[in-house]
Amino acid sequence: MSGGTLIVGASQAGVQVAVSLREGGDTGPITMIGAETHPPYQRPPLSKAFLAGTADLASLAFRTPAFYADRDITVLSGERVEQLRLRPGSAITDRGRSLPFDRLALTVGARARRLAVPGADLDGVCYLRDLDDAVSLRERLASVGNVVVVGGGFIGLEAAAVARSLGKTVTVIEVADRLMARVVSPVVSECYRQAHLRRGTGIRLGVGVAGFAAEEGLVRAVELSDGTRLPADLVLAGVGIEPRTELAAQLGLDCDGGIVVDEFARTSEPGVVAAGDCTVSPDPATGRRRVRLESVQHAIGQAKVAAASLLGRPESYRAVPWFWSDQYDLKLQIAGLGAGHDDHVVRGDPSSERFSVLYYRDGALVAVDAVNNAADYLAVRKALAQGVSIAPERALDTAVPLKTLVSRSG
Amino acid sequence: MPKVVYVSPDGERHVVDAVAGESAMATAVRHGVPGIVGECGGNASCATCHVYVRDDLLARLGEPGDLEEDLLDLAVTERRTGSRLSCQIELTEELDGLTVDIPPVQP
Repeated sequence: MSGGTLIVGASQAGVQVAVSLREGGDTGPITMIGAETHPPYQRPPLSKAFLAGTADLASLAFRTPAFYADRDITVLSGERVEQLRLRPGSAITDRGRSLPFDRLALTVGARARRLAVPGADLDGVCYLRDLDDAVSLRERLASVGNVVVVGGGFIGLEAAAVARSLGKTVTVIEVADRLMARVVSPVVSECYRQAHLRRGTGIRLGVGVAGFAAEEGLVRAVELSDGTRLPADLVLAGVGIEPRTELAAQLGLDCDGGIVVDEFARTSEPGVVAAGDCTVSPDPATGRRRVRLESVQHAIGQAKVAAASLLGRPESYRAVPWFWSDQYDLKLQIAGLGAGHDDHVVRGDPSSERFSVLYYRDGALVAVDAVNNAADYLAVRKALAQGVSIAPERALDTAVPLKTLVSRSG
Repeated sequence: MPKVVYVSPDGERHVVDAVAGESAMATAVRHGVPGIVGECGGNASCATCHVYVRDDLLARLGEPGDLEEDLLDLAVTERRTGSRLSCQIELTEELDGLTVDIPPVQP
């Protein structure tokens, strides 16, 4: 009897692999297994609407239970795969169950990186990666006054904005000299620093966390590397993620800061694909240098390609990467990868909280950061998808809509 | 419970009982209506939930907001009369029977 396909990780990418296999005509058994007790759900709202209390648990589910049943997709929740073997393929779970498979998809995602300072294990020092984290954080937020966020990236800043909007005293600590340094340029970082300050959120840059002080086991203060002590009833650490590569390593798959896959989402082992946050793969915009992309779009796009590979119809993954972040009433939309840019153009006045930054490399447009400016974001995304550029000197003129500089065909 | 009818390009009708307050996109995705992707989760960032709303209830939806307008202008494959992003359509009892056509291709 055929073991079918086993999808490890009931994630955005995992669900997409299952759905795409069925859409692609696969009639074999499909089993998706996830360690979390919840059926597969969306993560982006966890640091936004869900944390703010404007989205409920039910609204997070990707699909109804009937959806999976109708398509004969078996979803095992609350069960963790601990061991994997190939030839023949089998997975052993923490419940001692053995699951046979012919083909394997690893969509195992990532875990929140933990702080390694004295007191990091205190009650009240929290992380935000999965639904249980978000439920706990939301409950705690209701009863605290002082919130310290460690890490000025998307997750930290989104959560800080929610906490501030709930009336909390909030301070963000970032060890780099600017916010979101990994993804945006200094002008955007500065706009966000100002925006947070304007709304009453404290921002401390260039300073690390030395440790936490407690009373009766509960965190009460954050001690900074410069000797400052900040009162805190709740600490949220958003200091990045670590791809889950343990199972891949068991199989001897190539890993390099993530599970290495090619443009077809294939790992170094035939019949094993991987997709989503757990992977590193060729830049989907250029096909060249290897990148790890943490986004819904990437999880979905790569998962579709992974399914196609499993079906024996490999198709190369090409896409303009895009990302977004909601903080207060600021919507940041990013298209393309700006890393390595050598020129940029700022359209509009950053202090107005509506502007965009276009990035160029070797004279060619490579990315945009748009703040409350979907029109610029979309125009650049379209230009990048078409492989055309927008001349920097023309982009400077905010009186000219960018879209008029992009051909409407294609 | 408002009913929504999603019509595939081949004419197949998907009739779904929606929850009032949810979007037409979320309802379609959760029930697996093919051709409505909702990649950005309703964030009005991707336009992969583009639909053509049929005449009878179109007027009740009001005009698209600025963000939706930009997406319809720049991101969808073919904009026509009735083009809307289903993530921006909040379902209510008044919209019972809403019928939308799914475009052959999403961006």
